Amino acid sequence: MTVLSYLIPISLILGGAGLIAFIYTVRSDQYDDPEGDARRILSDEWDDHPKP
Amino acid sequence: MTTVLRHQTAVCPGCVAAPSEAVETAPTEARLAISLPTIHCQACISTVERGLSQTPGVRSARVNLTLKRALVEAEPEMCASDLIPVCEGLGFEAHELDLAALAATETNRAGRELLLRLAVAGFASMNVMLLSISVWSGASDATRDMFHWISATITFPAILYCGQPFFRSAWSALRARRLNMDVPIVLALLLALVTSLWETSLSGEHAYFDAALTLTFFLLAGRYLDHRTRAAARSAAEELSALEVPRAWRLNAQGQEEEVSVADLAIGDLIRVRPGGRMPVDGEIVEGRSELDRSLLTGETLPVLGEPGAQVSAGEVNLTGPLTIRALAVGEETSLHRMADLVAIAESGRSRYTSLADSAAKLYAPGVHILSALAFVGWYLYTFDMRTALNIAAAVLIITCPCALGLAVPAVTTAASGRLFRAGLLVKHSTALERLAQVDTVVFDKTGTLTAGTPEVVNLGDLDPDQLSAALALAEGSSHPLALALSRAAREAGVAAAPVQDLQEVPGYGTEATLAGVRVRLGRAAWVGAEAQLTQTATWLDLGAGVPPVAIRFADALRPGAAEVVSALQDSGKKVILLSGDTTPAVEDMANRLGIQNWVADALPEDKAARVAQLTEGGRKVLMVGDGLNDTAALAGAHVSISPASALDAARVASDIVLLGKDLTPIAEACGVAERATRRIRENFRIATLYNIIAVPLAIAGLATPLIAALAMSTSSITVSLNALRLR
Repeated sequence: MTVLSYLIPISLILGGAGLIAFIYTVRSDQYDDPEGDARRILSDEWDDHPKP
Repeated sequence: MTTVLRHQTAVCPGCVAAPSEAVETAPTEARLAISLPTIHCQACISTVERGLSQTPGVRSARVNLTLKRALVEAEPEMCASDLIPVCEGLGFEAHELDLAALAATETNRAGRELLLRLAVAGFASMNVMLLSISVWSGASDATRDMFHWISATITFPAILYCGQPFFRSAWSALRARRLNMDVPIVLALLLALVTSLWETSLSGEHAYFDAALTLTFFLLAGRYLDHRTRAAARSAAEELSALEVPRAWRLNAQGQEEEVSVADLAIGDLIRVRPGGRMPVDGEIVEGRSELDRSLLTGETLPVLGEPGAQVSAGEVNLTGPLTIRALAVGEETSLHRMADLVAIAESGRSRYTSLADSAAKLYAPGVHILSALAFVGWYLYTFDMRTALNIAAAVLIITCPCALGLAVPAVTTAASGRLFRAGLLVKHSTALERLAQVDTVVFDKTGTLTAGTPEVVNLGDLDPDQLSAALALAEGSSHPLALALSRAAREAGVAAAPVQDLQEVPGYGTEATLAGVRVRLGRAAWVGAEAQLTQTATWLDLGAGVPPVAIRFADALRPGAAEVVSALQDSGKKVILLSGDTTPAVEDMANRLGIQNWVADALPEDKAARVAQLTEGGRKVLMVGDGLNDTAALAGAHVSISPASALDAARVASDIVLLGKDLTPIAEACGVAERATRRIRENFRIATLYNIIAVPLAIAGLATPLIAALAMSTSSITVSLNALRLR
């Protein structure tokens, strides 16, 4: 059962990393236009160089 | 004609919306927003973004497809009204939006806060659920205790942070000595936490940490959906109200024009109203001749002549010549404001609608408390063991907790509003869909609602080529709506303009010119010397040389989808009524064209409101569709109301649903979607009740384990959400 003392902190850290990543996406407005973002990938306009 | 004019009168909100004190620093860029109700795919995004970016003065443009809007950063002197023709040139219907920046960030912050709480609750509940699964699958003794303690250390801070919206709402309800949905929720959370902690400290078997967190997670999900739907509708509705800019041009003592706020106008001030402008106050014309469009106030389509001495009221549109008016009534005395009073009266008379969720909560909240209190008392008297009794009371509260009920309504309204938004309808009010589902009578306004407000020539074929070419040449000299319609129709028919000289517009009357040495005129009947007074909208063409003038008749163009929506509503068994302020022949003609049996003409605003109230008293649920000021009281008084985006601000504010595009067909679809949405809500309530009927006896009998609680809660929430998604 000593393995638990590694596994539990590891799972909490991994989950926490996910949470922090999510908070980052919320703060950088990545949920403002889900439909548009899903469609933009289909356009090849800015494939060769990024949008200025 | 109203839509055409609206674009001319639409003074840029970005330029004038800022009140006087905010002009201290010169802006370095303008942020503009444009509503694009018809965009739907990535090609539209690219076209609009490319087109806007290539417009001189635009620094960057980004389309938001979810909100169907483009955000533009431009040079400070740019206006949204400069960009609308660009979008329309690209083939997209466009309206300008007031970037109500402050209000938008406010709702954004609240939404973001909810989303973060949802994320924290999700994270914590996953971890605790993982620990609980090992407990359920057989962890015992010290391991179980350790898992429980870890769960407790995750759960307590997580619930303290995530549950705040519920704590706040329950506290404010209790302070007002009321019960709402949040009181049992908070009680369940607190009781679950306290008993679980107690159990854990006694090395007990059952702890409800996972249930408390999952509950918070599902409830927050419902809250967040609810918030998103309402925030999107609210911000868009706020931004739609940008069109009426309260500015006027006052003539000062030296006879020069100065721009002032309408609030600063006083009785007796001389005000200049340019062609295409709206009267800011009630008054009397002192100088100039023109024609006035009263359609938004009265529903009349025929422009009336305005000459010195004539009375004008606030809201009328000046069509042809510049006018100077003397203010006779300002501010609260104007007819516009009296209309607002009428709306207030109609609104107070509107029966207060109790939403399905509220009526469910009213039954539910006391029921849950009584049930769990009974379970507690019963078990305490049976065993005289505080610990068992408390545990069972907590289990009852958790199992009955309304997480499916909390999701039942928001999940359905989100799905339905999203579907209607894609169809071009913006649902502003949270119970509008439920009310729309009950509608059995639909009342339409005519001018601007069933008609596009733009006239169409009906008898072009009656004119010979000479008359046509002269009429076209004359019509091009004016920006009067009838002249615009005539020149458009003639151009489409392939007519070439006759070579006329000295073309000039006589404001209030028409245009005249010389053609081959003869004076020719196009304009009002009396001016060109015509005898007959037609009941239909008409302009007269006089080619001189003793020939009697010919009438060019106009009819209002139907809005796209008007005929379809009327027949679709009639097919679904609804009574359709046409209620207009226009003259009898015009209304009768329209009613016959659309196949509407019940119509009323010459209706004053009071009549419209009274007619709607009368129908309501007769037990009918009325849907009012209207756009004018004269409809406002009726819109506010009806069971549910829809107005087009081109309607006046007051009408849009009074209505529950705004039609974003020009097409009327979504209204018929909306009724169907609303009926289905209400059916889904009821189904969801039934599903949630069914789960409770199975689980509550187990809980009261003391057989409920945290595993059963978690299963009942999650399956009922998921079934309810999936059922709601069927609407999409």
